Amino acid sequence: MRSSKGFSVRTIVAIGIGAALFIVLARFGSIPTGIANTNLQTNYAILALFALLYGPWAGLLIGLIGHTLADLISYGAPWFSWVIASGIAGLLYGLFNRGARIEEGQFGIKEIIRFNIGQIIANAVSWFVAAPVLDILIYAEPGDKVFTQGLVAGGLNILVVAVLGTLLAAAYAKTRTKRGSLTREA
Amino acid sequence: MAVKLLAYSDIASPVHRLNGVTKLLCFIIGSVTGMVIYDTRCLLALLAVSLTAFYLSKVPFKQYSFVLYLILIFSLLNQLAIFLFAPEQGTLIYGTRHELLHIAGHYSLTAEQLFYQFNVMLKYAVVVPLALLFLLTTDPSEFASSLNRIGVSYKIAYAISLTMRYIPDVQQEFVNISTAAQARGIDLSRKEKPGRRLKNAVSILFPLVLSTLERIEKVSAALELRGFGRGRRRTWYKTRPLTTTDAAVLTAAVLLSAAAFTVTFWDGSRFYNIFV
Repeated sequence: MRSSKGFSVRTIVAIGIGAALFIVLARFGSIPTGIANTNLQTNYAILALFALLYGPWAGLLIGLIGHTLADLISYGAPWFSWVIASGIAGLLYGLFNRGARIEEGQFGIKEIIRFNIGQIIANAVSWFVAAPVLDILIYAEPGDKVFTQGLVAGGLNILVVAVLGTLLAAAYAKTRTKRGSLTREA
Repeated sequence: MAVKLLAYSDIASPVHRLNGVTKLLCFIIGSVTGMVIYDTRCLLALLAVSLTAFYLSKVPFKQYSFVLYLILIFSLLNQLAIFLFAPEQGTLIYGTRHELLHIAGHYSLTAEQLFYQFNVMLKYAVVVPLALLFLLTTDPSEFASSLNRIGVSYKIAYAISLTMRYIPDVQQEFVNISTAAQARGIDLSRKEKPGRRLKNAVSILFPLVLSTLERIEKVSAALELRGFGRGRRRTWYKTRPLTTTDAAVLTAAVLLSAAAFTVTFWDGSRFYNIFV
């Protein structure tokens, strides 16, 4: 575990600009599914990618800062239970992918499976459990309603990260030079 | 794509003159209090206080009117969802049942439900003016220094100020990329089917992500060159000393919140029951 003093400059900047990207996509990048009030949130694919690239603590902070500011500037007040759930999601996306060497261009079948199992667990914990439970604790909202909302949001986020997150990570890995990819010419 | 976002503007008002630290702490204290308590009397009192502060800030209505509509729609949908999923939640909380009107099936309107949903609305209404006020009257640069002042590590405070700084840039980048993509026939708008839109989103997200990653490298190199993160502390361009007015406002906020907690939990429950 790294303390906040241990954050590298690159991680700090990644948190700052990653959160900005998260916010912009929260405003413009959501795709309506056709069911009222449920959108495919493309920004969760970005959260997963940044957690994969910059680690769980970056994921946690991008989730917290991004969701709080996105709520603040578009709704005027943060919905804290879901803000915390976003932070947990970012943290878990990162934790399940510790040691992934995407920087070195490695993102094959094995990494894709690991990334997706990780994101399914992360989304399940945050949206099926954390968000509704916090809704009940903080806002005393009815259980049926918040669990249904959590189930829908979590399911959609799993879908978005599985499709967009995997595609983005794989495409990013392709832009990196593979380790040991140079061969000596005779 | 001219989408309005809430932003700070410089107006001469007593609220603007308050220190950023004071406003941040008031916002935190106010939101926590508003989140925990369910006592109607306290919520109404808090609402009165936060609306008065809003009035004092002299922020023109036009600057936040569009957000008010969004909030109104959001909370209406939320209220409707609560009623659809749990029409008897109020009865459950307050322990009595006064049926006003039978609608259909197991849906009927009870006085308890109305009162409960009124409280839910009130809770949201208390936080909104505080959050809006904080956002509209605090200089973003002062925001970071305030966070650092109340104990958040300066690196994280700086990350938040970077976020505020880069939202317009990333937004511009997004608009440029999606316009270019549309020119090539990649449509993200309503006209496409959801599946197709998801696929098209990739072709816009990918250049956006790559350019963002590149920006991260550039900015972090620039920060590193200037020796960012070497020291244990840093100074801020926008810091002001706390004045007596700040101290008075903070004391009032703490006292008000303490009073609200005491009144709410006096009878051991976070709800205020008018039915017994």
